Amino acid sequence: MTKGLKKDPVDFIFGTLTAIASLSVVLLIGGIFLALVQESTPAIEKFGVWKFITTVDWDPVAEVFGALSTLFGTAVTTVLSLVFAVPIAIGIAIFITEIAPGFLKGPIGTAIELLAAIPSIIYGMWGLFTLAPIMEEYIEPFLQSTIGRLPLLSILFEGTPMGIDLLTASLILSIMIIPFTASIARDSFNLTPSIVKESAYAVGATRWEVVKDVVLPYSKLGVFGGVVLSLGRALGETMAVAFVLGNNHQITSSLFDAAATITVSLANEFTEADTDIYLSSLYYLALILFVMSFITLAVARFFLLRAERRYAR
Amino acid sequence: MNPLELDVRELNFYYGETHALKNINLPVYRHSVTALIGPSGCGKTTLLRCFNRMHDLYHGNRYSGEIIFNGRNILSDDIDLIDLRSRIGMVFQKPTPFPMSIFDNIAYGLKLRGIKKRSDLSERVERALKHAALWEEVKDKLNESAYALSGGQQQRLVIARALAVEPEVLLFDEPTSALDPISTAKIEELAVKLKDEVTIIIVTHNMQQAARISDWTGFLMLGELIEIDRTDKIFTSPSEKLTEDYITGRFG
Repeated sequence: MTKGLKKDPVDFIFGTLTAIASLSVVLLIGGIFLALVQESTPAIEKFGVWKFITTVDWDPVAEVFGALSTLFGTAVTTVLSLVFAVPIAIGIAIFITEIAPGFLKGPIGTAIELLAAIPSIIYGMWGLFTLAPIMEEYIEPFLQSTIGRLPLLSILFEGTPMGIDLLTASLILSIMIIPFTASIARDSFNLTPSIVKESAYAVGATRWEVVKDVVLPYSKLGVFGGVVLSLGRALGETMAVAFVLGNNHQITSSLFDAAATITVSLANEFTEADTDIYLSSLYYLALILFVMSFITLAVARFFLLRAERRYAR
Repeated sequence: MNPLELDVRELNFYYGETHALKNINLPVYRHSVTALIGPSGCGKTTLLRCFNRMHDLYHGNRYSGEIIFNGRNILSDDIDLIDLRSRIGMVFQKPTPFPMSIFDNIAYGLKLRGIKKRSDLSERVERALKHAALWEEVKDKLNESAYALSGGQQQRLVIARALAVEPEVLLFDEPTSALDPISTAKIEELAVKLKDEVTIIIVTHNMQQAARISDWTGFLMLGELIEIDRTDKIFTSPSEKLTEDYITGRFG
């Protein structure tokens, strides 16, 4: 038998404390999950799973609750914000890593991190008082009179522009997630070995060709992980969207209509929930969001981990 | 004696404030292998990277003097770097396959030059792979990822990629430093064979390698070219005391 090391009591206490701290996180997550399940049990029993997520109605008076309209709002704002944000974020990351001269890299990187540091309520207020009127008066009428006239696309731009709608909410969301996507994309691009980039230059590639053929393929897993992580942020974002989305439980084809997301419903309706089943249904929505975010995060981790392994070789 | 391929005249190079190369005068003869040796930090890689203007990728680097290639000074501002780099190819310390198939790796430089026809590409890819003595090993898996190859195969792939655009000069920057002895021997054999078609400049840490494969050897120290002469002369009776001390292992 090997002689055991003498246990230092300070070491033991220190180790135990850190273990407790880490364990508390796991317990907290489990606790939140259990609480959500418990609170939403009446709604789960009444509406079931499949029926709840396929019912459009959200009628507190008739006590009929379904998640489809909020799932729709969540999906549309999330996807649309990614469509706006991802190309811009990747452009920013390419500029910082490959194009900007050294003295610009720092300031731009800092500016982007500052964008991430602005509290979301400020985005919400800015969206409501500044962006929404601009959307209402200029951008939305312009969209309506241009691409709104194209066949097929016209259904996306119907109705009177009010500025409080899916499009404005998605735009705000996209500004909020650009910093995350950009900084993860930047870190992924930086993992491309400079010797590989140099060899592309050495066969006569231009800067654009090096980015397109070497940097992007090399870092696509990492960038994809970053996009999924941003998707998770967009799913859970509440305050910025609450101000400019209108909280209207409906499914519409037009981006100029008000809608509701899970988070916006929760923020707006908890104080109004006057019946047990109403409250329970809100918890049910929260549970669905919890599971969705969890899955998104797991997917993002999976891709980022695979990306790291690949570079490690 | 072969005619001059490259003529370095009074070359100085600066990394910002650091004077990295001092007044280099170096002839490089066509269809020969010129080795650059010297202790770490002597500037041999820095010198090599002047020939394809690799230093231009980074800010704050500056050249003075001339490198004459085909009658023109390639350090002048009006040189087309894309064209220069297709005439003067480069192979690095570690294999640098691109994240694409074996075929596409070789075809990459050709596609950049506007060769799009599949039959032309196939023919030139095959020729390049044969030149680099890799064809027999990869001909059945051209569409597989280049990462699936061994390190030595990847390095020959990179050489094939450089050869595909039919350069006049190939620069080797310690090409075998990451390879095992068998792969190293293959690369060395290849370098000797290739000099019938291209002029080769090789930077190496390994003096035996320089002695084995090169016709000319230049010895650098602290940014200065101490001596350039026939390899057999450098390794048997160098003119400079410093060179003799280095190759007999008294320092470095």
